[in-house]
Amino acid sequence: MEITLNVNGESHRLDIDTRTTLLDALRNHLDLTGSKKGCDHGQCGACTMLVNGRRINGCLTLAVMHEDDEITTIEGVGQPGALSPLQKAFVKHDGYQCGYCTPGQIMSAKGMIDEFNMGWPSNVTDDLTAMPDFSRTEIKERMSGNLCRCSAYPGICAAITEAAPDEGTSKEAAE
Amino acid sequence: MKPFDYVRATSHADAHDSAARIIAGGTNLLDLMKHEIETPTKLLDVTRLDMTEIEEAENSVRIGALVTNADLAADPLIRERYGVLSRALLAGATGQLRNKASTGGNLLQRTRCPYFYDTTQPCNKREPGSGCMAMEGRNRILAILGTSEHCIATHPSDMAVAMRLLDARIEIEKPGGEAQILTLDEFYKLPGDTPHEETALEAGDLIVAVHLPDAPKGAQMYRKVRDRSSYAFALVSCAAVVATDRGKITDAALAFGGLAPKPWRNTEMERLLIGEAPSEALFDKAADVLLEGAQSHGDNDFKIPLTRRVVKAVLGELTGATQ
Ligand SMILES: Cc1cc2nc3c(=O)[nH]c(=O)nc-3n(C[C@H](O)[C@H](O)[C@H](O)COP(=O)(O)OP(=O)(O)OC[C@H]3O[C@@H](n4cnc5c(N)ncnc54)[C@H](O)[C@@H]3O)c2cc1C
Ligand code: SF4
Ligand code: FES
Ligand code: FES
Repeated sequence: MEITLNVNGESHRLDIDTRTTLLDALRNHLDLTGSKKGCDHGQCGACTMLVNGRRINGCLTLAVMHEDDEITTIEGVGQPGALSPLQKAFVKHDGYQCGYCTPGQIMSAKGMIDEFNMGWPSNVTDDLTAMPDFSRTEIKERMSGNLCRCSAYPGICAAITEAAPDEGTSKEAAE
Repeated sequence: MKPFDYVRATSHADAHDSAARIIAGGTNLLDLMKHEIETPTKLLDVTRLDMTEIEEAENSVRIGALVTNADLAADPLIRERYGVLSRALLAGATGQLRNKASTGGNLLQRTRCPYFYDTTQPCNKREPGSGCMAMEGRNRILAILGTSEHCIATHPSDMAVAMRLLDARIEIEKPGGEAQILTLDEFYKLPGDTPHEETALEAGDLIVAVHLPDAPKGAQMYRKVRDRSSYAFALVSCAAVVATDRGKITDAALAFGGLAPKPWRNTEMERLLIGEAPSEALFDKAADVLLEGAQSHGDNDFKIPLTRRVVKAVLGELTGATQ
């Protein structure tokens, strides 16, 4: 089936089998291999990307369902020499060891920070109607969909805490 | 995954193809298709339809079937009046999954029974008449109420438990365009001899919305007990709303997840509580009524005492009888 995908601001025309997940379309057809495949079943978060500004698992959605959507992957967030605040903070705080989960962690953190700034509560938020605190407990709960087999969690938490105020997408998203 | 045709519905008229399988968020269906537990030959994508709004009407709130679990949990009106529903949603899955998971798809997600997921094993739900491996096998997460000799699967949704508590009604659009309104109790079927027939939905039906009546009076709560504190399905969960006045319980409703093939409520248990002064002994009696006839199968024996503890803890907290 022929479809158009908008990825990181560029439009791509491709002819793919209907069974292709969004993750496989990006990795195998558009050579965007930053998004990783860990489990392929929505359990690990390695494939996290943004669709229309929201974080999702690329492995549990079909590419053919995403015509007209704006897809953002780790490649669209920053590049060597021009890293985003989150990427820099991950380097500074050793937010990884092998690095396999890192693109998913960063994309998830980006989406999560926006959700936070919109005042979304989480399972650990005491008062559902108040603005939540950007605490370690909140970060851990909100990032629980991203597993790290190297257990770099302390560095990941530190990096997110440091970079959150500088991750500007929230302001754009709110507008 | 088996090959399939893909069709995108652009209007409600296109959305009633009885030969096709509806796909919304895809987070359950695609997982099952990858395992070849579900093998539709045609997928009908309904995500472009106008079912994404949460609207306030007189004495009710109407939630479109495509409202994501994330948007529903974060909606200011839901947070303020139906906190138990926000809480149940936030206790389920992950941030990424909730951004995709839809209200309609969540209601229709299928069991997490390990044998249902293992296509090399018999399972009456997956392959009618093949047998049930769970009965004497790994049944730790499975049901103790409402089961049959053919299936002891649980319905895994957290959201549906809160909706059952809130007396939600499901709005279904039939192929001819007419609407059908069902309570969750009417919507979900017990397994009986046909565990593969799970709901009242018929071929070509489309869920268009869920209606919540006015929020009940009293304090609301969702308690989910699971193997780890985040990102796990419930072993036992309880959505509850209890009102008290001058030392007496004036209203009580409780719905349970993890216990049965559908979100479970026991009105006899609720009646027993109303008009009484809260006490440990009363809560114990309520648990007795709930658990009457409960049947465990080995690995899930623990669910019977665990349910009793959950009932006592939830009622204790909501009535202020215990801390
Ligand atoms: C790793 C993981 C962890 C999870 N943890 C939890 C948890 O802790 N608690 C919990 O409650 N859930 C959990 N879930 C399940 C998740 O909530 C469901 O997958 C999700 O709600 C399904 O919604 P969907 O829109 O993606 O449905 P889909 O996968 O698109 O569809 C599911 C079913 O519903 C049908 N359908 C969808 N929309 C309609 C409609 N409008 N009309 C008629 N039929 C329709 C489809 O045909 C399909 O049969 C988890 C899932 C995963 C993958
Ligand atoms: S409990 Fe139900 S779903 Fe599980 S193996 Fe038995 S028949 Fe299948
Ligand atoms: S690869 Fe998508 S969640 Fe693991
Ligand atoms: S850094 Fe190795 S999996 Fe996270």
